[in-house]
Amino acid sequence: MKLSRRSLIGLAVVGGLLSSTVLASAETIKIGTIATLEGAFAVLGKEGMRGVDMALKKWGNKAGGKDLVIIRSSSDTSPDSAIRAVKKLVEQDGVDIVVGPLSGSEGLAIKEYAKTKPGVTFINGLSAAQDTTLRDPAPNFFRFTGDGAQWMAGLGEYVYKVKGYRNIVTIGEDYSFPYTMALGFLNDFCNLGGKVANRFWVPIGNKDYSTIVASIPDDIDAIWVGLGGADAVNFLSQYEQAGGDKPLIGGTITVDQSVLGSKGRRKSYVVGTPSAGPIADSWDNPVWQAWKADYKAQFPDGFPTPSLFAHGYFISMSAALTALDKVKGDLSDGHAKYRAALTNLVLDTPTGKVSLDENRQGITDIFLTEVTEAKDGTLYNKVIKIIPQVNQVMNGDRAKFLALGRVGRNVPACK
Amino acid sequence: MKLFLITTLNGLTLAALYFLVASGFSLVFGLMRNVNMAHGSLYLLGAYIGYQFQEATGSWVAAIAGGFLSMALLGLLLQHYLFRFLEGQELRQTLVTIGISIIAADLMLAYWGGTTYQFEIPDALYGALRGIPVIKVYPIYRLFILVAAITVGIALWLFLNRTRIGMMIRAGVDDRDMLSATGVNVHLIFALTFALGAGLAGLAGVVGGSALSIAPGEDLRYLLASLVVVIVGGMGSVAGSAVGAILIGLTEQYGLAYSPTYGVVYTFVIMVAVLAVRPQGIMGRSA
Repeated sequence: MKLSRRSLIGLAVVGGLLSSTVLASAETIKIGTIATLEGAFAVLGKEGMRGVDMALKKWGNKAGGKDLVIIRSSSDTSPDSAIRAVKKLVEQDGVDIVVGPLSGSEGLAIKEYAKTKPGVTFINGLSAAQDTTLRDPAPNFFRFTGDGAQWMAGLGEYVYKVKGYRNIVTIGEDYSFPYTMALGFLNDFCNLGGKVANRFWVPIGNKDYSTIVASIPDDIDAIWVGLGGADAVNFLSQYEQAGGDKPLIGGTITVDQSVLGSKGRRKSYVVGTPSAGPIADSWDNPVWQAWKADYKAQFPDGFPTPSLFAHGYFISMSAALTALDKVKGDLSDGHAKYRAALTNLVLDTPTGKVSLDENRQGITDIFLTEVTEAKDGTLYNKVIKIIPQVNQVMNGDRAKFLALGRVGRNVPACK
Repeated sequence: MKLFLITTLNGLTLAALYFLVASGFSLVFGLMRNVNMAHGSLYLLGAYIGYQFQEATGSWVAAIAGGFLSMALLGLLLQHYLFRFLEGQELRQTLVTIGISIIAADLMLAYWGGTTYQFEIPDALYGALRGIPVIKVYPIYRLFILVAAITVGIALWLFLNRTRIGMMIRAGVDDRDMLSATGVNVHLIFALTFALGAGLAGLAGVVGGSALSIAPGEDLRYLLASLVVVIVGGMGSVAGSAVGAILIGLTEQYGLAYSPTYGVVYTFVIMVAVLAVRPQGIMGRSA
């Protein structure tokens, strides 16, 4: 400990600029944040950081009576970039708390890293792979946001019962987050008797979907699309141009603001697409509307309405700071009091109450929505229904849910 | 059978797009021996500028013209202020242009953001062509890319092999001192070639951005595609770029259709095989 402080001071003297913050470290708490500020998800990472900034503004850069030092770090959705970012924060900057990362596979990597750094507390940003907390969790890793399966709560039942879809295909990028969402969606859909004709998993970064589009059979009722950002935009326009006319079912990041905000003819096509997720921009709840107004005031150049990335990072950062307030900034004894406060936290968020289960995984409300065109021509997700307090096993039997197996390309079997 | 035919057609139309990008790359890299690792940036920047043109004028043709002309101008500037001083120094060219591409990528991200942009293509090219035997429907726009690529390819071949300037370009590559001695302004010739190559990248940016979309990261994707196509097909030959593009386009699409997980690998298997058996490329002349 002594050695590390000496070397830190040494570094600071060499660096010159950092000296004041390091010397004052007894009165400050260092929080490192990780989001994807580079690569295909850069725009989403920036949204994540907006959420962080909103929480910091609300707390006035102080928590538990101490000044906060925020160190921002960037990854590019690959696990190794996330590890690079977190190692820099923990091993070079010496942060006390890490808030991040954003993407599924990154979360899995950081959970494993967390196990090797018991002195640091990790709070997930928005990464939503299932096994970050469901199987083999790290004792110092907390997630106040849902995982991809939780976010799909209610959607399978809705499209089966209300939309009347029986036979579908799924398409998503080939990594853990889309698998997790597909599991959440298909779990309900298949239990009711729905069938999956085929599942397409495309390499990340693939832009040409024409061959996938050609492989979609004619006798299906709908397509579940788990793609996000630029990938979703590419698929939707190519499917439409190839004469595709099957209705869509959206994953959580398929019809979020980054897709609704994009331009072109595709706009009219996505109207009527149901999806589910942790937010719904049109929800008329006053707390949510107030938060939305705060976002707009703070970021006039942001999205028309906050996306789930700003929302998720805001919740994660709020959880970190609320717990710091509760323990008055006391991180002694290996963060023991702080972690107890996090574990028992019942956080009031702009989208309802969040608490943690025994694996330190959030239990949250989920919104079932449908894309609707507003009077001014912009698209938004209209709330159909709120599914209250969804836990990680989607409020079903835990043993049965675990028996579905680890998320993967063909889970659940759906037979 | 239907899937196979559609996949083949997809492969060919993707190849057409690759050819459009790679032909410019091949011109600069193969003929002038200029290693331009910023070729992908020209593609993306051309697409963005083309998009601005469409926003301003509402015309897709203006976007095409804007993408081509703006990048041709940039190519002219690059050649005049940069490559002229780096002639024959391949390592420096590589490092300088990688530097340019990194800076350009960040500047584009700062200006245009990470949002995905799509062009509004004219109604005549939008939608699907119906009533084709076996495959039933196919997007018109992708067929248009095929036609565009064939046109560009033939024009480029005629330009290089049948015109006076083309002759000068080829002569300049073989022996620039001799060409210079005959009273030809070699710098001007090379600047024109570079402008043409860069302009083709910009044009491909708009054409490709209309077929798929434009977003950060596309620059590297098309640089890589061009590199692979030029390496496989052979440097400096229009026919080589075409063969390389067809091979890579088809491989990518068959891979995606029949074994999606390993689709990416096959492209590189071909590249490795070509490098091992015929390092100068399928249609390339040995140096």
